[in-house]
Amino acid sequence: MAKTFAVGYRARETATVRRTRRDRSRVGGTPTAWLFVAPAVVIILGLSIGPMIWSLLLSFQSADLVTPARWLGWHNYEVLATDPTFRRAVEHTLLYTALFVPLSIVGGLGLALALNRRIRLIGLYRTLIFVPFVVSAASQGVLFSFVFDAQFGIANSLLARIGLPTQGFFADPNEALPLLVAIGLWSGVGFCVIILLAALQDIPPELREAAIVDGAGRGAVLRHVVLPTLRPVLVFLVVWQTIQALQVFDLVYVTTKGGPLGSTVVIVYFVWDQAFQLFQAGYGAAAAYLLAAVLLAASLLLRLYQRIRKA
Amino acid sequence: MTTADTVRRPGRGRRLPFSGWHLLLAPLSMGFALPLLWLLASSFMTNAEINRFPPALFPHGIHLDGYLYVLRNALFPRWFANTAIVAIVAVLANLVFGSLAGYAFARIRFLGSRVLLAVMLATMVIPFQITMIPTFLLMSRLRLTDTLGALIVPSLVTPFAVFLLRQFFLRLPPELEEAARIDGCSRLRTLVSVILPLARPALATVAALTFLTTWNDLTWPLIAITSDHQYTLQLGLATFQGQHRTEWPAVMAGNVITILPVLVAFLLAQRTFVQSLTSTAVKG
Repeated sequence: MAKTFAVGYRARETATVRRTRRDRSRVGGTPTAWLFVAPAVVIILGLSIGPMIWSLLLSFQSADLVTPARWLGWHNYEVLATDPTFRRAVEHTLLYTALFVPLSIVGGLGLALALNRRIRLIGLYRTLIFVPFVVSAASQGVLFSFVFDAQFGIANSLLARIGLPTQGFFADPNEALPLLVAIGLWSGVGFCVIILLAALQDIPPELREAAIVDGAGRGAVLRHVVLPTLRPVLVFLVVWQTIQALQVFDLVYVTTKGGPLGSTVVIVYFVWDQAFQLFQAGYGAAAAYLLAAVLLAASLLLRLYQRIRKA
Repeated sequence: MTTADTVRRPGRGRRLPFSGWHLLLAPLSMGFALPLLWLLASSFMTNAEINRFPPALFPHGIHLDGYLYVLRNALFPRWFANTAIVAIVAVLANLVFGSLAGYAFARIRFLGSRVLLAVMLATMVIPFQITMIPTFLLMSRLRLTDTLGALIVPSLVTPFAVFLLRQFFLRLPPELEEAARIDGCSRLRTLVSVILPLARPALATVAALTFLTTWNDLTWPLIAITSDHQYTLQLGLATFQGQHRTEWPAVMAGNVITILPVLVAFLLAQRTFVQSLTSTAVKG
């Protein structure tokens, strides 16, 4: 998750690099500097670039992590294209993403607009809405498997008490995935709220005041002043939440393990299952690479957008 | 403690009028807190209360059975210790390696620095899914799988820590350290005695975020660890739940103990936390 917080630093890069040149008049720091950066460079590059290439090679092999690997060329990718389980994993992931991204952003925007005012207890409200974001997926999973347990869960007992039919929840193939989205929203909407709230507070009050003086109502101010100013942040959130949603795994592992009847198998679950349960590391790596290609494309598009906006 | 706001607070003592927004915001925010409150409530229930149908909504009195059950379970305290070791080592290592590298990239002119920095930046977009299989293979060659070492090594330093600290060091005026340098201080001495004391906010951010990520991680421990005495809390909780289906208060007590450290860390460092999160996305 630390990656979450690193996105924007990239954008400021060019300016700071230029500024440091001034300070770089003293040559001769090379050995010291190399000693300083060595641990970070070895660990970071060794555990990113190296594995990335290794993984690419694996995806062209039949590798079971035990016997020597065999080169297969594009075979793994061809099999993936017709694998019904992978196909369903992609469908489930896309459905999860299609629900999670718009709901978290629209919900986050609504909450941020409501929270963007100076009233008593506002800090408490903000904290309460954000707190689920720091709760781990495992904790959420354990808590909600209990809340939504079909037999003993409190959710069904409340439904029964108010006279509504009880539900299967995680035991029902039609309800499990939407339920995962709902839990994802409970913990994930806080992130959107915090980001949008900060962006709202950055809008100069004069801008709104000018619009009101010109006779704009609340709706018009929102549409013509607030939303256009928020656009870069909204673009960031769309890309960011999409990347998060496409990688959903922990919550699925703790609550449904892909079930019932495979109705919640998502791409990363498929990758994990292939590589570490069925020992098809090559096949799993190929599936991971397909996902990674989409994720990388999303990150690059975001960067491109930020560059164009700056220029 | 409860100010998630970056807004200037209204003048103390000035009473604010009651706003109609409370009618919307109070129930909404309570809705978000409710699952966690109920988690806390159910951890104090007895087995009978929780397994009854329909289950009790509130415990009748505070029963510590669940807590005693997990604490007497030989493995649970061990998982707590494992998680704490991994998280603390990761935090310290990120602070040390992040500061060293961040300082060199910010202040020392050296061969290859720009290329290295650019490459390290680029690694931040590599998704974990394509590195996890080879990282597992690498760890097993190093004979680290199924030890805490496998959890610690990949989290020793993140590009995030290096860049966050570098950005912070760049903003400090160079004159501050020039005096120390002229007095003959080495780079390391300058970093430790002049720069780091000024960098407390940045160090706090790195520490808070590293702690949160390592404490909460599930995917990597799931892959790297097989023996139950090497589990972290997250991994232990996920399996504990499956094995102790009838001991719900104990599972919930374990869950409370798992959440508590991050919750406390978050509430203590909330301002730092929220600001670091927003400054990246909004001002980027």
